[in-house]
Amino acid sequence: MIEVKHLTKRYGDKQAVNDISFKVEKGEILGFLGPNGAGKSTTMNMLTGYISSTSGQILINGVDILEDPIKAKSNIGYLPEIPPLYMDMTVDAYLSFMFDLKKCKLPRKAHLKDVCDLCKISAVRGRVIRNLSKGYKQRVGLAQALINNPPVLILDEPTVGLDPNQIIEIRSLIKKLGKSHTVILSSHILPEIQAVCDKIIIINKGVVAADGTADEIARNITNEHKMTLRIEGSTHTAADKKEIADAIKAIDGVKYVRADMEREKGIYDYDVEADEKTDVRRAINKLCADKGWNILMLQLSDLTLEDIFLKITMGDNVRKDGTVREEDPKAKPNINFSVKDGELVASVGDDQEEAASSDDNDKNGGEE
Amino acid sequence: MGAIYRREMSAFFISGIAYVFLAVFFLLSGIFFYNGVISAGTTETSAMFSSMFIIVLFLIPILTMKLMSEEKKNRTDQGLLTAPVGLWSIVLGKYFAALTLFIIAESVVFIYSIILGYLGNIVWSTLLGNYFAMLFLGAAFIAVGLFISSLTENQMASAVASMLALFVLYLFDSLAARVSNEHIQKLMTSLSFYSRYIEFTQGVFNLSSVLFFLSTAFIFNFLTVRVLDKRRWG
Repeated sequence: MIEVKHLTKRYGDKQAVNDISFKVEKGEILGFLGPNGAGKSTTMNMLTGYISSTSGQILINGVDILEDPIKAKSNIGYLPEIPPLYMDMTVDAYLSFMFDLKKCKLPRKAHLKDVCDLCKISAVRGRVIRNLSKGYKQRVGLAQALINNPPVLILDEPTVGLDPNQIIEIRSLIKKLGKSHTVILSSHILPEIQAVCDKIIIINKGVVAADGTADEIARNITNEHKMTLRIEGSTHTAADKKEIADAIKAIDGVKYVRADMEREKGIYDYDVEADEKTDVRRAINKLCADKGWNILMLQLSDLTLEDIFLKITMGDNVRKDGTVREEDPKAKPNINFSVKDGELVASVGDDQEEAASSDDNDKNGGEE
Repeated sequence: MGAIYRREMSAFFISGIAYVFLAVFFLLSGIFFYNGVISAGTTETSAMFSSMFIIVLFLIPILTMKLMSEEKKNRTDQGLLTAPVGLWSIVLGKYFAALTLFIIAESVVFIYSIILGYLGNIVWSTLLGNYFAMLFLGAAFIAVGLFISSLTENQMASAVASMLALFVLYLFDSLAARVSNEHIQKLMTSLSFYSRYIEFTQGVFNLSSVLFFLSTAFIFNFLTVRVLDKRRWG
């Protein structure tokens, strides 16, 4: 449906997009993820024929965008970063104009009504676009992209400026559209991409840093086995902490151990990192059995998409040896994602706060 | 092209530019009509038309100033350039919208001709000749204004630059007189809009001048298309 081969864009000396290739099939939703200025919008502008590529090829439905731009463009609905709205027109007049501009052959009245219903802008059809809120403007922009039912939808940050309810609505709309259309969607918001997209491309400084499904990306990039353990020592004191940490560190294959917060009274959590070849879980279990310690929890924490994103976009050495985390536990935003059984699980949480509150509970318990 | 033409026409009226343009045009041409024709006690309209050159020169930039610059500034050009329409359709849609408004404005001379009809016999050949001369002049000027509008994002800059450009074209004759080199002088006179236009008002229907105005219109529209095309490759 969309095929991009070795796409490159240079502005003078600046390499905005460098050798990007990917393929999206019908009924797939592809997410473009990257920090601001990574080349997301540039790529999308090239896909839609707004700007040309320095080299490379873009095929929309098998049509080269530079060879037959009009035919290729007629297959695309595009919502740019800033919706191309004429502020002095009413929503109806504007959509009618886009209907004519796209040479749409569908019955005008019914089609515009469908599009407006889909984007939930039927209530504002008579209003001048200038007076609409940002959220409504964004949705008018989306409606404009949907006119003429293009098989390919390219949406550049479609949920910017919407409130949480609207974001959920638009996301479910995009998911619905994704069943019958080919959708490319860009964002710098991780949860959005994860919630909506089948495939993800992480792009940084104009190059593809990772691509695949969220799971695939996580699997390919993870080269360390990390887990969190909660082990109950024999004495329930801080002395346990050191002893246990040292003992785990002595296990073959363990690269790094760090004793974490006191989660329950006298019981600590340990972040353990092993090299990818050895599975150290059994060895740890055996160690604890021998020493008479109890494992209260063992949780594998593979790199989350968030970790990967930060790792890719902030330089490669981040977190490789855990240094960043040790120096600055706040380096990571508080929304955590983890891949569990092929499903992405999101949780908002602050390790420090959680620990503090559990401490409080413990103290209260002590007083009673 | 039709969609863009219709949108530009309605935008002219929504933004009020059409009303300002028409009002000023009607007022000034009315003054020239009264002064040059009615007061002079003649039905000969050439004097009025020759004075109108300068009005056309200053009013056309107002018509063309935002045609391209606003699109770029508000990023609405992204909607146009990613729609399945060619660059020529975009440019010509806007061009003909401005030209239509100009034709509406200058057609006021037919109202003057009704008034003249009461007062005496109208010389229809000069009136129509002048009408078409002005049409060709406007066609060329609008293309120049549209081209300049495509070069900037600021509509005021576009208007001022267009006025300046048209004014320099107007001054070509007097500049040519100061040039000593015969060839350059000849070239400059042949590029003069004013002398070609005045020739019409004197009753000479010169086909080469018609071609000159029409090819100027074509060349500047072509340049506008090139500007849009080049922006993609920038």
